[in-house]
Amino acid sequence: MSAVPKIELDGLSKAFGANRVLDGVSLAIAPGESLTVIGQSGSGKSVMLKCILGLIRPDAGSIRIDGEDITRLSERDMARVRAKFGMLFQGGALFDSLPVWRNVTFALTRGRNRSAARMKAIAEENLEKVGLGRQVLNLRPSELSGGMQKRVALARAIAPRPEIIFFDEPTTGLDPIRADVINDLITSLVEDLGATAVTITHDMASARKIAHRVAMLYQGEIIWCGPRDQLYESGNPYVDQFVQGRADGPIR
Amino acid sequence: MTNSSPAGPIIALFAAIGRIAVGWLAAVGRTALFGVQTLRRGLTPPYYPNKLFEQLAHIGWFSLPVVGLTAVFTGAALAQQTFTAGTRFNATSTVPAIVVIGIVRELGPVLVGLMVAGRVSSAMAAELGTMRVTEQLDALTTLRTDPYRYLIAPRLLACVIALPLMVLVANAIGIFGGYLIAVYKLGFNATGYLRVTRQFLEWSDFGMALVKAGVFGFFIALMGCYHGFRAGGGAAGVGEATRDAVVSAFILILVSNLLITVMAFG
Repeated sequence: MSAVPKIELDGLSKAFGANRVLDGVSLAIAPGESLTVIGQSGSGKSVMLKCILGLIRPDAGSIRIDGEDITRLSERDMARVRAKFGMLFQGGALFDSLPVWRNVTFALTRGRNRSAARMKAIAEENLEKVGLGRQVLNLRPSELSGGMQKRVALARAIAPRPEIIFFDEPTTGLDPIRADVINDLITSLVEDLGATAVTITHDMASARKIAHRVAMLYQGEIIWCGPRDQLYESGNPYVDQFVQGRADGPIR
Repeated sequence: MTNSSPAGPIIALFAAIGRIAVGWLAAVGRTALFGVQTLRRGLTPPYYPNKLFEQLAHIGWFSLPVVGLTAVFTGAALAQQTFTAGTRFNATSTVPAIVVIGIVRELGPVLVGLMVAGRVSSAMAAELGTMRVTEQLDALTTLRTDPYRYLIAPRLLACVIALPLMVLVANAIGIFGGYLIAVYKLGFNATGYLRVTRQFLEWSDFGMALVKAGVFGFFIALMGCYHGFRAGGGAAGVGEATRDAVVSAFILILVSNLLITVMAFG
């Protein structure tokens, strides 16, 4: 990696009370790279993403985006940096008071009621990318199935063409076929848009398909990071136990 | 335990009182910071007038039926009670005066405040709390929209605007409720009743009622938003936030009402 990393974490730590969720996480992600983070539930994967997005303030360590340290930015500067990000939240996190098309174009309107016709066209175009037709445009999120909500949320995340996209468990709760559609979509986003992607997942099939590299988070630290081809030959007993889904092993 | 000396239980008692006091002070501090943060951000652009109108409709317009209902029944009951008590002192003629003063100065603002707190604080806390636990607030921030400006400020402003208007309506309806009972049941002369009402209707009382209403509106929205914003822990957390919002809004309304009354008349 000769160029400046797109995202660089150095000694990132965060505790909630006595619970040390992140304990010195260091990681560099190159532009255009797709990294998958695996680890048990509650191992701090989501907290790591939220620290990078500036939603949670880390206790220690630095976060650099394109070489710029963002841990001590003002709210206004942070808003500027956030323009680079798109995020697919675990539960979708769609705004249930707004119709689908307002949700998808929210990053562009930022809450203002403007240019409805143009926004609907943009929404339609982005929904098409995630395999949804124009018939959902005017529906409310609560009228959609879980899988459709996830795809609308994905359309919302990609609508502003972000440079960096985070996916928090993109395939959880989807049937295997839909899950694979999402995997293809993530792969094509990285390839076509040149976006840098960080995906949190428990889905090994998904991890193998979309990742260039895989990192494993355990007890607040990155205990293994390597190319996806080595995921099953890591020689690391923790990784082995996790990817094979065994109940017995060093992780309990 | 480490405290085995005779003073142990006493110290423990003081420690418990101290913890409660510190907890209260911390909560007051957090609430104040939340209020200051909202004002500081809400006063600077971007503004969301569409959100403000939406909230005005929610809070003001849709609360009117319940507010009107409360006012008409309270005014009527007040007239009946004053009449019943007045017969003992041969002072039934005070009915219109007491109704107008009681409604305008105290019952109108306080009852509207409490009714709207029950309706609006709870709804705000539940809505924002749900947005918190479903990560919608995080999503909003990630999509570069400030929740304080987009969600909180319009709610606060809408409540501060709507409450005084609703108190005006409630005062009129409350006086009318008293008039109905007095004229149609207690046998008062309609013209005479209205003349006395007009005589005891002070503009300064109306002014104070509106000030109270504005203050109550601020507390109603502040408590609803604050507790919703801090909600955590799924459905149970949202339930707690809703309850805390209503209880704290009630307390703040009752206490601030007394303070304003004492300051104005004390």
